Amino acid sequence: MAVKVQSENFDVGAELSALTTGNMAIGGMTSFVGLVRDLGGEDALKAMTLEHYPGMTEKMLREIEVEANDRWPLEASLIVHRYGRLEPGDQIVLVATASAHRQAAFDSCAFLIDWLKTKAPFWKLEDTREEGTRWVEAKAADARAAERWERLDKGAVE
Amino acid sequence: MRILYFAWLRQKTGIDSDEVELPSGITDVAGLIEWLKERNDNFAEALSDFKSIRVAVNQDFAEPDAPVAQGDEVAIFPPMTGG
Repeated sequence: MAVKVQSENFDVGAELSALTTGNMAIGGMTSFVGLVRDLGGEDALKAMTLEHYPGMTEKMLREIEVEANDRWPLEASLIVHRYGRLEPGDQIVLVATASAHRQAAFDSCAFLIDWLKTKAPFWKLEDTREEGTRWVEAKAADARAAERWERLDKGAVE
Repeated sequence: MRILYFAWLRQKTGIDSDEVELPSGITDVAGLIEWLKERNDNFAEALSDFKSIRVAVNQDFAEPDAPVAQGDEVAIFPPMTGG
């Protein structure tokens, strides 16, 4: 398990190979990379600044990662999240999980990014071409995506 | 008590952190927010809608009825938008 909160960019290939090297029990790995998107038009983006709560950020990411490891039989997991000023196309976040079997890797990776979005203290400030700066508002769809895992958990039959 | 403000709460209140002496009688998150609103118009406006803010006490999310005490670190911020 590892959590990294950093301003600098990350090398996906290097991070993923470091995660699995030497562990022959891993049969599959899933990774998700979040990028700064620019949809153009009225919302055309110059840059985005990610603010976070140092200390609580690392604590929450570690707790979310522990939760994923409790729910699935993972051999390895990694969360890398950047902060500071980023431009369209830049990498924001990397989540990767590895397990003996693919389903645990797929499901736990989706779980991590869904929970991270609603539970890790990051805030995005967009610098738009037309309207200056504005804080990104939390999306109901992200809350629903995170809640999906709560319901599954409560509905699980032991 | 140390109070931290993030994102638009930092901008609206005009400060990113503050040390305050908690008055006796204020024992929970809701009471703390009501007290902070009395500081000035900027605080009153920033903290006017409880539904649009989140609070953490000692880096754990806290509901309005969660207890607060003098030595705590309290953070006030909008819903998260990371990932």
